[in-house]
Amino acid sequence: MGREGEVVQELVKDFERENPGVHVIVQQIPWVAAHEKLLTSFVGGSTPDLSQLGNTWIPEFAALHALAPLDARMGVNGAPAESSYFRGIWETNVVDGQAYGVPWYVDTRVLFYRKDILKRAGWDSIPGTWDEWRRAMAAIKRVEGADKFALFLPTNENVPWIIFGMQAGSPMLADHGTRGAFAQPPFRRGMEFALSLFRDGLAPAVQGSQIANRYQEFERGLFSMYISGPWDVGEFSHRLSPAMAGKWFIAPLPGPDGPESGVSTAGGSSLVLFKRSAHPEEAWRLITFLSRPDQQIRFRALCGNLPARVEAWRDTSLTNDPFTRVFETQLRRTRPQPPVPEWEDIAQRIQDKAEAMVLGHARPDSTLAALDREADVLLEKRRWLLERDRKRAAAGATP
Amino acid sequence: MSRPLAGRESRAGWGFAAPALLLIGGFFFLPVVGGLLLSLTDFDLYAMGDPSAARVIGLANYARILHDPLFWKALGNTFYFVVVGGPLSVIASLAAALLVSGRRVRFPGLFRSIFFMPVVTTLVAVAIVWRYLYHPQYGLVNWALGALHLPAIDWLGDPHWAMPAIIVMTVWKNFGYNMLIFVAGLQSIPEELYEAASLDGAGAWARFVHVTLPGLAPTFLFVGVTTMLGQFQLFSEPYVMTQGGPLKATTTVVLLMYQEGFRWWRLGMAAAIAFVLFVIMLVGTLLQMRLQRGRNA
Repeated sequence: MGREGEVVQELVKDFERENPGVHVIVQQIPWVAAHEKLLTSFVGGSTPDLSQLGNTWIPEFAALHALAPLDARMGVNGAPAESSYFRGIWETNVVDGQAYGVPWYVDTRVLFYRKDILKRAGWDSIPGTWDEWRRAMAAIKRVEGADKFALFLPTNENVPWIIFGMQAGSPMLADHGTRGAFAQPPFRRGMEFALSLFRDGLAPAVQGSQIANRYQEFERGLFSMYISGPWDVGEFSHRLSPAMAGKWFIAPLPGPDGPESGVSTAGGSSLVLFKRSAHPEEAWRLITFLSRPDQQIRFRALCGNLPARVEAWRDTSLTNDPFTRVFETQLRRTRPQPPVPEWEDIAQRIQDKAEAMVLGHARPDSTLAALDREADVLLEKRRWLLERDRKRAAAGATP
Repeated sequence: MSRPLAGRESRAGWGFAAPALLLIGGFFFLPVVGGLLLSLTDFDLYAMGDPSAARVIGLANYARILHDPLFWKALGNTFYFVVVGGPLSVIASLAAALLVSGRRVRFPGLFRSIFFMPVVTTLVAVAIVWRYLYHPQYGLVNWALGALHLPAIDWLGDPHWAMPAIIVMTVWKNFGYNMLIFVAGLQSIPEELYEAASLDGAGAWARFVHVTLPGLAPTFLFVGVTTMLGQFQLFSEPYVMTQGGPLKATTTVVLLMYQEGFRWWRLGMAAAIAFVLFVIMLVGTLLQMRLQRGRNA
């Protein structure tokens, strides 16, 4: 998919050389079409042998029974073991205790910030706790002026809200992913922290699209902090003027109770094996090949994606890069989002509600209760399925 | 005519009609009945993996739709499109038809072909070109506004302007088709009526109001109904240009149905939306026919 689809051709050539007799056909699809294409291929009975899959899609394809379980294959015959991966990332591949994917590359969100402005405000580095972070933001606002802001949190993105909720310790869904847990204290705490940043004028209440050019505004100092992922390291370097070099950096996210609680999303892509594959052994060999540390390092050199294997992170090309070192710290503090197929729909609703609260159209307690109700409606099918499975298990156990 | 012959004739009639009837039955009625049954179930992602996970839930999908604010938003957007875009499209087609049917027009065939061209152009190509036209910084439309010293508009990014932008594009894309139908309608009005009106001293406007418009009444009914039916099903334009955004301002009922069905895979729900839309369109059609009949009576 996307750029990965292009560069993987290079790696596949070497795989074919190492495995005479195996011929791999790589089909590239653009990211925007990938989800639909894979689902329709499942309905049409023409799934590929293996595929790259955004790790948030794994629960959905597992619910379809489209993916081959991988527990028995991990860690044997040269295949990587679970311990080769960052914990939070690995967990995105596990649904109901069974692994369905092997992490291929990873990403997570960190804090991009202006070193010079932070220094002017009297802080040497991004602090580790929410309270200190807020104090640093207030100091920036004092130094830079009332028309400037500290943190840019686009109201039309759902990830920051999810991050604040996770940091405050919210599981977001309760009872095995069958009910919303948004009105409960942890998620509320995260939400209220974020909302207070808007209320105190530390974050501008605008949609991402209303800031015409976020790189330009970052350079002008309209905001001096921004939560984003590894792709923006390249973008920031290209798009900011040369004078900005050395004036910005990234830091792990602060957390409510110190650095360790500053968790972030566990993003990235995994490689999956389809159940209907006619060549599962060959496909698994390719997955094993692409998971080898040397191939992971090469993959990063070709397209810049951060490798999933922790062994690959010991390579000097990564350890010498100050940016990747920050990502490594953050990757050790990642949490998976709830592994239910309905999650993307629910996440969308979190964002809609958050936007209404930021704009002052809605109050937190009633809004979060409404969010729970909507999530409960969407998850009704899951409750019924779990209940049915429980009854079946009980019926099977009695005789 | 004797009775047995009539029986044989009717059998022959059925025989001739059979291929078409089979096709309609197989490719229209069966899917419609299937869709109706599907709308009474909660067939979804889980059921695709394991058919026993589908349940018959009666009218629950319909109840959920009627309680979903997004459905009402989509319905409002669709009505906006139909109520504003429909008349605009019919007026543009009629104006174009009058222009290319004028007696003093040279090369009428050439102009008809040019006006018809957008209709036969691939929609996706058209949408991409229009996205360039609407581009907030480099688009031709904003360049023209700038030349008139008007502020630039983020056509597809501003929730207030996205739907008007889509209306303008679809009117441009589709007016050629109705234009041809109006041209045919105009040709069916006897020339003598115009001559008689002229002799009675009627000017161009009076001839248009008292001869052309009444003569086009049946054409208006046809154009009105087909345009409305087409517009209620607005999907491809917002799907290609805005994906229903910004802020759901261009999410139409059919786009919502598509998202329910093929993004979230709640196929029972999607089928129910389809039937709600069907009922709305049926009512709309009956209303138009009643209106026209009332005027003719």
